Amino acid sequence: MALVAFSAVIPLMTVVNYSVQDIFGPGQRYFIGVDWFREALRDPEVHGAFLRQLAFSGIVLAIEIPLGVAVALLLPKAGWKSSLAIVILALPLLIPFNVVGTIWQVYARPEIGFLGRVLNDIGIDFNYTGDAVSAWATIVLMDVWHWTPLVALLAFAGLRSIPDAYYQAARIDGAGRLAVFRFIELPKMKSVLTIAVLLRFMDSFMIYTEPFVVTGGGPGSATTFLSIRLVNMAVGQFDLGPAAAFSLMYFLVILLISYVFYTILQRASAS
Amino acid sequence: MDFQWMAWTTPTAVFFLVIAAILVAMTLAEIRFPTAERRGFLPMPTTRGDRLFLSLMLAAFIHLGFVALSDAQSLAVPLGISIFAGALMMRFG
Repeated sequence: MALVAFSAVIPLMTVVNYSVQDIFGPGQRYFIGVDWFREALRDPEVHGAFLRQLAFSGIVLAIEIPLGVAVALLLPKAGWKSSLAIVILALPLLIPFNVVGTIWQVYARPEIGFLGRVLNDIGIDFNYTGDAVSAWATIVLMDVWHWTPLVALLAFAGLRSIPDAYYQAARIDGAGRLAVFRFIELPKMKSVLTIAVLLRFMDSFMIYTEPFVVTGGGPGSATTFLSIRLVNMAVGQFDLGPAAAFSLMYFLVILLISYVFYTILQRASAS
Repeated sequence: MDFQWMAWTTPTAVFFLVIAAILVAMTLAEIRFPTAERRGFLPMPTTRGDRLFLSLMLAAFIHLGFVALSDAQSLAVPLGISIFAGALMMRFG
């Protein structure tokens, strides 16, 4: 109880207190009601960051979930090859977030990075520091590289839990590869895939470190996601009141989405 | 111990006291009348705690919607709507 109080409840209470005051310094604070909430709710920058965040989460989920399932289906089922493939697959998950950002920051540079140079050499104008499409492509590719292994490992665990009797029955019935996937593998992977969607959505919705290291939110505000906008307000501009109001609304959205996913997960496991 | 750093105000203190009182009341109600999952107008079976959580979330979004769309300083209108919606949720949700 004390641990939860100190790690979550007291900081949250402080943020709520900050969100209704204009704070100039210790002892210099003025109650202003819900003005910071109103300001944040009507701020076009916040609207833009919210839409970009939704778009980013939607894009990475649309790529990572099918790709992760495809990788899991291609993995060797057993033996040393399976173990080796799993270890190699898991490597990106072990790299700290800021290091992932740094790797891709260098890798995608048009002058010295492998990806950036190759793309420019084959005639694609790729420059993530000056072009919004290149910046988005870099960040999405980075996230896919970093997190598809998680989806693949979860899907692989789901696949391994299917008894051989199911496959034998399908063979006797003359089911094709597609039918086996559609009627046996996919239903059996339902719960692990729901967990994968939940984890990846929450994580991508709160992403900060990697895009901050690669693009810093730019060019312009093309890759300024909610967390980057929040840090700019709180640390860059030192607007603690607006940042507190904004972070509470961000928290509410995360809480709502978590509840929806949790309910879906519970219903999936119950059925 | 000095709590100046938490920057307390009377309205936020009242807000947290009300939340704490609701949680205590729910705990006492749970001990006295243990909850059972039931199905109301919500699309899934819910316990009393689920309905309270949804009521609080709904209240938060009603307040945010009001703040976004209106310039009024008083929050009496969204508070009234939230209490009414919360009561409906707890009874029929």
